[in-house]
Amino acid sequence: MSLPEPTFNSYLILSGILFAIGTAGVFLRRNLITILLSVEVMLNAVNLTFVAADRYYQTVDGQIIVFFVMTVAAAEAAVGLAIIIALFRHRESLNPDSFTSLKW
Amino acid sequence: MDTLFFWLLAAFAVMGSIGVIFQRNPMYSVVLLIVSFCALSGLYVLLGAPFVAAIQIIIYAGAIMVLFLFVVMLLNVGHEDALAGGMRAIGGAGPRRFGAVLSLVLLGELVWALSRLQGAPLAPRGGQAAASVGTIGLKLFRDYAFAFEATSVLILVAMVGAIVLARKERP
Repeated sequence: MSLPEPTFNSYLILSGILFAIGTAGVFLRRNLITILLSVEVMLNAVNLTFVAADRYYQTVDGQIIVFFVMTVAAAEAAVGLAIIIALFRHRESLNPDSFTSLKW
Repeated sequence: MDTLFFWLLAAFAVMGSIGVIFQRNPMYSVVLLIVSFCALSGLYVLLGAPFVAAIQIIIYAGAIMVLFLFVVMLLNVGHEDALAGGMRAIGGAGPRRFGAVLSLVLLGELVWALSRLQGAPLAPRGGQAAASVGTIGLKLFRDYAFAFEATSVLILVAMVGAIVLARKERP
């Protein structure tokens, strides 16, 4: 069994596949928590691109950007989940389609 | 050896992410996402970035996913379709199908564009003296010091905001 040697392109394509999976999750799911999880998948795909490019160009700046992306992802998850909890208290539902009115 | 590990970890990452989307129970989604993150962490090790691999496990799989698990358990929502009663017009089957087609188009486009590049071999891992944690720390606190401090303010704001948003309303 001889698998092809992974190149820079393999990492980029893997990252593209993961990003597309995350996009599909955001489009297809009807659950706010799963939508946030899909956003995390997309962020991770981008992180993989940064680290692969880092290896390719022999720098460390990409890894530092990954560090910042993770921090922002943590902040985003905290605020997003707080909003989800607040919405769930009002409607007893996680379906985004039940939050169509601006005021209730 | 590296080649075998790359394909193995890539398969794990892709299958884990697909599982996240197609699981009906958010609990399983979170656990599958942790599997995907661990596979990505292995890929970071293969790429010669052990620092990123470590913070991937510690911050993502350890902190952020535990936050998600807390919320999933707190809200105690089981099946997605059980909650879907009273669907309004927006979320019907039509837009979802349109979304599926759009994401397939995005996938095809990305793979097509990226595979048109020349197959660029990666530089050998040994030559990467740059990737040690010390180098990253020096660069982070010298060149990126302002961004680092701004991040700490961001985290503080996010923390206060999360507490304010999730607080029970006082009557």
